Amino acid sequence: MAQPTFFRRGSSSSQAHAVFILSLLCLLALSSLFFAAMIGSLSLPLSELPRACQELFQGKASTLAAVLLELRLGRALTAFVTGATLALAGVMMQALLRNPLADPYVLGISGGAAVGALAAILLMATAWMVDAAALGGAVVVSMLLYFFARHDLRNGLAAGGTSFLLLTGVILSSGCMALVTLMLSVAPDGRLRSMVFWMIGDLAGAPARWLPWLVLFCALLFALRSARAINLLAQHAEAAATLGVRVAALRKSLFFCSGLLTASAVTTAGSIGFVGLIVPHACRFALGSDHRLLLPASSLVGGAFLVFADTLARTVLAPQQLPVGVLTALVGVPIFLFQLQQMRRK
Amino acid sequence: MLRTHHLQLRIASRLLLDDLNWTIEAGQFWCLIGRNGAGKSTLLRTLAGLHQPSSGSVAIQGRSLADWHLGALAQTRAFLPQSLAQRDAFAYRVLEIVLSARHPYHSTRYWEDEADHQAAQNALQTMGVAELALRDVRTLSGGERQRVAIAALLAQDTPLLLLDEPANSLDLAHQVGVMNLLAKLCREQGKTVVMVGHDLNLAYRAASHALLLMGEGQWQAGSVAETMQAPLLSRYLGHPIEAVRYQDSCIFVAAEKELQ
Repeated sequence: MAQPTFFRRGSSSSQAHAVFILSLLCLLALSSLFFAAMIGSLSLPLSELPRACQELFQGKASTLAAVLLELRLGRALTAFVTGATLALAGVMMQALLRNPLADPYVLGISGGAAVGALAAILLMATAWMVDAAALGGAVVVSMLLYFFARHDLRNGLAAGGTSFLLLTGVILSSGCMALVTLMLSVAPDGRLRSMVFWMIGDLAGAPARWLPWLVLFCALLFALRSARAINLLAQHAEAAATLGVRVAALRKSLFFCSGLLTASAVTTAGSIGFVGLIVPHACRFALGSDHRLLLPASSLVGGAFLVFADTLARTVLAPQQLPVGVLTALVGVPIFLFQLQQMRRK
Repeated sequence: MLRTHHLQLRIASRLLLDDLNWTIEAGQFWCLIGRNGAGKSTLLRTLAGLHQPSSGSVAIQGRSLADWHLGALAQTRAFLPQSLAQRDAFAYRVLEIVLSARHPYHSTRYWEDEADHQAAQNALQTMGVAELALRDVRTLSGGERQRVAIAALLAQDTPLLLLDEPANSLDLAHQVGVMNLLAKLCREQGKTVVMVGHDLNLAYRAASHALLLMGEGQWQAGSVAETMQAPLLSRYLGHPIEAVRYQDSCIFVAAEKELQ
């Protein structure tokens, strides 16, 4: 009997395959950053790029090219970390809920952040206080979720396991949305615009910070360390338990990690939709469901996707800047519908 | 191999099983028999460490379940949950499912090695699903999915196998095939099997021992010859059963009239 090709490929080549894919995606990420640095209303000639880079590394941007590069690269890097964070949170949330249609916002953590942020904007708070309020809202909702669903998370051996968590999240989410609507309806016209922009997700005023990178790095490290256990959990919780996975502990860690990632992303850039749903989906579709490859690949693709989307957002209708969330939704919806159709045809 | 000590099982205050003192030696093939809701699956999940008994204890290889390290336990006993078919949420390939059952053997490595691939390939071929290796599990039929699940169990390569209705949704040929395979594993490799099954005739031919569960606390354990007798089975299954001699074997048939 002829053996299927996958057998002959063996273990070392599945590793080589993963390395190959990941290096390709790294190239994609770098090219997205390059693209973002070069494109804009003012052109940046290629010949001036090396000097501008040099100046940037020395920490004193004096020429126009260097200033441009600093501005654009700073924003692109923020976009990258936000996109990567959202995509990673999406994969984790999908594995935790064992539902490929879950996204980082499904449990209402972003809703909590929106309530906090909008309340702060309504009260005329400064930018950093808006961010702090968003973070506070996300933390409050996460704690409420954990309080209500703690038995579900702790008692990880029940086969269904997470439907209670999902339902609690959906309810909390709609509660937050009611508060958001309330605030939008009483807000004075002057502040309505910035509130709506926050809701859609916008990178225009997003500050460059180290903290989101730290959160992303730590979460990715955890994800890679437990990637094989996540695979087992995504397949079947009881089988995972009998294969030596501490299901309850893993569920709790996934919950906290994805919650932290979501909070970090929405605090930076507001609730940018679709990245956390589309990117994991596209990666699953193209690369399979093995989380050992899926987790790092989704992060890279998510980052690159948001950099491209943000570059488009600030150039398509220049000098007017669109909120990037509009673009991710406009790009995301048709891609998602197309994928659904493809899946059905399979 | 496995021993229970004054084991008591309750589900929401209903007593299922009381004072079970049960010893399973290596190489034995046990079948759990009883009505729906008699606690067969609960008992099996208790043996696997997935369910806490209300009192008493379970020991595998002389060591209480609570004292086992999860990883070491995963190299000692494998568990097949009931009907995996409807539960696949993600598009894993069949080979990935079977390979992931090698998890207990490489806690420090990221990728599986050649030995894992070899074990997975052997398991797939044993279950006759090698040609499905690259298929998405969600596209398999119920019976194919069940055979893949059993292949994963074999790839885990443990001395103790706990199976909840392994013959579920298999066709007749594969039902017999799986039961013969399990019997062969016990006979030739000294593995120990505990399974839940509803087909008395399959159990009678393949198993060496049976544990009858009443669901109200009573139980009866012993060799197939002792326990699988028409009067006992009739009492435990709540329906009159007749044993018919056929060649040198015995066939159980459900009788028509109600048991008084």
